Amino acid sequence: MWRFVLRRAALVVPTFIGVTLLAFALIHLIPGDPVENISGERGMEPARRTRLLHEFGLDRPLPVQYGSYVAHVLRGDLGHSLTTHVGVAQEFGTLFPATVELAFFAMLFALVVGVPAGVIAAVRRNTAADYAVMGVSLAGYSMPIFWWALLLILFFSVQLGWTPVSGRIAVEYDVPAVTGFMLIDTLMAGDLAAFRSALSHLILPTIALGTIPLAVIARMTRSAMLEVLREDYVRAARAKGLSRMRVIVVHALRNALIPVVTVVGLQVGLLLSGAILTETIFSWPGVGNWLIHGVQARDYPVVQGGILLIAGIVIAVNLIVDVLYGVINPRIRHG
Amino acid sequence: MAIALPASGKGTLVYCSEGSPEGFQPQFFSTGTTFDAVSVPMFNRLVEFDLGATNIVPALAESWTISPDGKTYTFKLRKGVKFHSNANFKPTRDFDADDVLFSWNRMADENAPFHKVTAGQTFAYFDDMGMKNIVDRVEKLDDRTVRFVLKRPEAPFLADMAMDFASILSKEYFDAMMKKGTPNAADVYPIGTGPFEFVSYQKDATIRYKAFDQHFRGRPKIDNLIYSITRDATARYAKLKTGECQVMAFPKPADLDAMRKDPQLAIQQKEGLNVGYIAFNVEKKPFDNKLVRQALNYATNKDAILKAVYQGNGQVAKNPIPPILWGYNNAVQDYPYDPAKAKELLAQAGYPNGFEVELWYLPVTRPYNPDGKRMAELIQADWAKVGVKAKLVTYEWAEYRKRSKTGEQTVMMFGWSGDNGDPDNFFVPLLGCEAVKGGGNVSRWCNRSFEDLVVKAAQTPSQPERAKLYEQAQVIVHDEAPWIPIAHSVRFDALRKEVHGYKMDATAHHYFNHAEIVK
Repeated sequence: MWRFVLRRAALVVPTFIGVTLLAFALIHLIPGDPVENISGERGMEPARRTRLLHEFGLDRPLPVQYGSYVAHVLRGDLGHSLTTHVGVAQEFGTLFPATVELAFFAMLFALVVGVPAGVIAAVRRNTAADYAVMGVSLAGYSMPIFWWALLLILFFSVQLGWTPVSGRIAVEYDVPAVTGFMLIDTLMAGDLAAFRSALSHLILPTIALGTIPLAVIARMTRSAMLEVLREDYVRAARAKGLSRMRVIVVHALRNALIPVVTVVGLQVGLLLSGAILTETIFSWPGVGNWLIHGVQARDYPVVQGGILLIAGIVIAVNLIVDVLYGVINPRIRHG
Repeated sequence: MAIALPASGKGTLVYCSEGSPEGFQPQFFSTGTTFDAVSVPMFNRLVEFDLGATNIVPALAESWTISPDGKTYTFKLRKGVKFHSNANFKPTRDFDADDVLFSWNRMADENAPFHKVTAGQTFAYFDDMGMKNIVDRVEKLDDRTVRFVLKRPEAPFLADMAMDFASILSKEYFDAMMKKGTPNAADVYPIGTGPFEFVSYQKDATIRYKAFDQHFRGRPKIDNLIYSITRDATARYAKLKTGECQVMAFPKPADLDAMRKDPQLAIQQKEGLNVGYIAFNVEKKPFDNKLVRQALNYATNKDAILKAVYQGNGQVAKNPIPPILWGYNNAVQDYPYDPAKAKELLAQAGYPNGFEVELWYLPVTRPYNPDGKRMAELIQADWAKVGVKAKLVTYEWAEYRKRSKTGEQTVMMFGWSGDNGDPDNFFVPLLGCEAVKGGGNVSRWCNRSFEDLVVKAAQTPSQPERAKLYEQAQVIVHDEAPWIPIAHSVRFDALRKEVHGYKMDATAHHYFNHAEIVK
């Protein structure tokens, strides 16, 4: 067992090198640099430009910059934002809970709607219900998040006035950030009205971000269910005279969920990239919004550090999932 | 503890701003978004621009005198001006000369305390405006009198002092934070003399201010000011419609018509302190020839560009400065659209069949140019009629600027938004000989007689005399034609009808101290 854990953990090292190198290379590949970005139409005295490049450490050859970056990272120093001059880890820490909150609800929404929809489609295969679920999920999967989010705002917020347009909570509530999770913070402050406001602000971004995972989960559940329903043990369960509901939920769905869980794990990475678009439209103060702005400002430390932290979290989640699989299923451990 | 304020009650104004401030310090940064969030609501300068205009009015200085040689500016400071307070600081004294010296020397003197506090932090605007070469020293004559001694006569200096970077900080506050061992705190939790006090900032989400009761110009009419940071213009518009905010920054030009039709909304507009132009690189053939530059001025149909690109939200430019600036020479006759005349000049210059050229166009929307590509296409078509075949080229925005500064371009689209209300701020950075080296002068045009005029104007204290010099300078620019000045754009703010008293500023800031909510 320990050998398995160590083997999995050892894979983190090449992944780390790959991620840092990729993040570093990509941001440096974009034309322009942070100093150029500051100077605008005015132009900048060459002397001042040189000084700033030196202060930002950008006057050194790229391999040296990369080496020094990795050395700092290994010491736990992700550097400071070139725009705000605040530590990258500190900014990430402030903003990350908002992204987690949004991603959590998006995944919850995707599961709560996607799994039953997939089950219904499988059980009522080739009926109108099946076509409807598959058609809608295909549409959902193909929908550009940006456009979908604007559509939701224009319909539900502007036309119907049911939900707020954007933000995390109505401006009249100034809730101190204790955990950074707005729902928890409002409850800790004992302010139910603020809690309701925070909840209402979550609805549209949750739908916008959860739509693609929902579509994937619904389709995955359907195909997994179709396979399981053909299995002998399902026939056996039916033959025993169990109720249809019990056969579907306890015997079929439980086994069909195994591939679905894998898909959910993979969706975590996608959720974080989807969050970048969703957060921008909904002015959601999370890391996606922050990263986009970092790219625009050529804020190298923010982009590199942000990608590294997100990748680190995804790697950690996957590592835990892998180990858990091994714990649950000995065949994986010894495979 | 959660503090609940009435949603959009009489006392609270919510402004949908376009982005997050880089920090809460008026000297470090140079973007309009940061100024709107920091120097505008919370700080004051010795002198300031009259709201909506570019003339200079007293602020923390109640009066000033300029020595006859134009090198000494003496400011008489206002009495009884209070600083804000916060949980860590209660001021024990009013604003005085020490605060002025502290604020200035912090930027100017490398050995001053607080010059180097935050790593990588620079005094961007102070450096960009070349203040080190202008001001020699600042002296305190008494508690209420300070004297700025300049290295050379520099008439635009007063306008420079009205700019955001010249905001006055509290020396007492910085000293107190130093004593506490948290010198950085003074740059994070701002204390100023402005109409609003800082309450809190939730990164990328909301900035909260409350009215400062003891503001020297009187308390603002609203109690609370909230910036709701909303980067997407469509989302800002939606929030304005639903009443989640009462004023929005930077409406999209495409939304203006719908906004005008909405009975709940009002649109304000203001002539921009800007210019969009085409610059010929005079160091390169064929644009080293004045006749060619004039020919293409005749060949370009600006009225069509104004209609198609600016959709009427601008005015045709004939000078490098906009007509709202003093010193504008209205007597200059613009080159009319005249392809026949253009052909004639081209033939005279030795290009009877025209030539081929790369025209660089803006890759992004800028305040002075909503659509560079569309503009380039129209110009391409115009020039084709006189035999000049333009190939349209562009680069990513930062790359575009970088290349333009090296003089790689032959002819390019560019523009400028003024920093302050002084004509010097257009002529020198855009057409001056020094700016050829710095790269801001993208036509790389350095003309002795022009240079003499603008240098002389900068050294002349009297504004009417300066205006005359600038008027002559514009005649030279017109004749030499290093540019095709295209347009001065108009800026817009959208607000809800219940907002009264809000007035747009000429230098593109957003002031809320006169605004109120009337239901």
